[in-house]
Amino acid sequence: MPHFAKPSAGSWTEQYPELGTSPVNYEDSIDPAYYEAEREAVFKRTWLNVGRVEQVPKTGSYFTKELAVADTSLIVVRGRDKEIRAFHNICRHRGNKLVWNDFPGEEVKGTCRQFTCKYHAWRYSLDGELTFVQQEQEFFDLDKSEYGLKQVRCEVWEGFVFVNLDPNALPLREYLGDLAKGLEGYPFHEMTEVFTYRAEIGSNWKLFIDAFAEFYHAPVLHMKQAVKDEADKLFNVGYEALHYEIHSPHSMISSWGGMSPPKDLSIVKPIERVLRSGLFGPWEAPDIGGLDPLPPGLNPGGHRAWGNDSFEFFPNMTLLIWKPGWYLTYHYWPTAVDRHIFEANLYFVPARTARERLKQELAAVTFKEYALQDGNTLEATQTMLKSRVVTDFPLCDQELLLRHLHKTVADHVKEHTDAAQ
Amino acid sequence: MLPSEFAALEPFTPWVLETERERYSKRLASSMEEMQAFYDVAFPLLEQASEHLDNYPLDELPEPERNLLLLMFSLVNVSFPVEVWKQARVPDSGAAYMDLVVEPKV
Repeated sequence: MPHFAKPSAGSWTEQYPELGTSPVNYEDSIDPAYYEAEREAVFKRTWLNVGRVEQVPKTGSYFTKELAVADTSLIVVRGRDKEIRAFHNICRHRGNKLVWNDFPGEEVKGTCRQFTCKYHAWRYSLDGELTFVQQEQEFFDLDKSEYGLKQVRCEVWEGFVFVNLDPNALPLREYLGDLAKGLEGYPFHEMTEVFTYRAEIGSNWKLFIDAFAEFYHAPVLHMKQAVKDEADKLFNVGYEALHYEIHSPHSMISSWGGMSPPKDLSIVKPIERVLRSGLFGPWEAPDIGGLDPLPPGLNPGGHRAWGNDSFEFFPNMTLLIWKPGWYLTYHYWPTAVDRHIFEANLYFVPARTARERLKQELAAVTFKEYALQDGNTLEATQTMLKSRVVTDFPLCDQELLLRHLHKTVADHVKEHTDAAQ
Repeated sequence: MLPSEFAALEPFTPWVLETERERYSKRLASSMEEMQAFYDVAFPLLEQASEHLDNYPLDELPEPERNLLLLMFSLVNVSFPVEVWKQARVPDSGAAYMDLVVEPKV
């Protein structure tokens, strides 16, 4: 018996007949040729969130973003006119990487007045114009106005900085569509205290989205995280979401969150009882505006037991908003068909007291304990998918977003391949 | 090194560490007995430490108070091994790692 009502179509999945209900083929996560197609069809053509406006607070603030999946590195910088721009991180003279420190492959951040190439000292203004050429008289009719940095589309939604390598892409807001529109007004700008985790994971990027786009695995894989009686209960009950929505290419899952605060304090660990915090974050919401009422896109099922909503912005951004007033983002940056860099950011309203800071510390540490289990499991999955002993896998109704993700990538790849023929 | 009310924690000041990376590394390098001993003294003082620290603005903690907060961060880090895992590593995490590359300053 379901605990929560399903749509009249009979299941969440059957609401979207284009997705079907058959087993899903996972060749898309192991085939190197498919990965090459994804790079062109998905990552070079969709809006990618590379950070937040708080990372470039003032004129000259910049950071670099390595995009191995698109064979490039970008510079994101705030100009004198306060606009945020993105450029390919390449000097127009001989192609050296323009902004880096000791190690060319590592991302860097800082503040500067201009960018100067380490190789022959060509200089560029914050808005990308070439302003200085060493021994300019040695060149042959060099017109500096033709050698500015190569600019990339860069637009901001609710403080999130997105780039798109496709100059013909739809504007960002149009691309993000209704799911994003429903979140506008959420006080993201108040939640500026950040914990950033980073890991290299030996799996295809889609497999980690698969892990975080359903919570159905939690009572099983993370069983030992709960005290025994609670773990047994969770395992027996299983997991059902409150609500799902797909506005292709994006999707969301809405979930309950009974641990924040828990009805029964005996089900949580001693440190959680003292600090009143845990995986679901500090139990009490911060005292800021914008949380009551919430924007209409949150808790779309209007459920009393609501605890969090997790949005999958295609292709590689998860935005998870918790009821008690904090949020998380995950990003999955492919580096090979069977590897990716995983980044998780936890965003809180800045702590004013040590007690508030300790609550955040517990939430951040707890996140890591869970995520390590997820990351490690993915490596096990990748190795066995690669065996091709089994190629097609049944997905249940709680795995709707996975079904949608793999189909959406396939649609992009097919459309791109067809157009090329 | 710590506020005088928390003298009982002085033997555990090697757990006063600046970053999560250092705290987690020390956890991995410690035996369950070592972590249990730290936890047994520190956990009963967590509430009192929170109350004490809340007398100061977070960004102006005197040195002993700041050390106490960092020590309590370590308590949070070892609470998982002590309260649930019974081992330093996260079960089922194998060779996986996850680095905290940005954390709020205190």
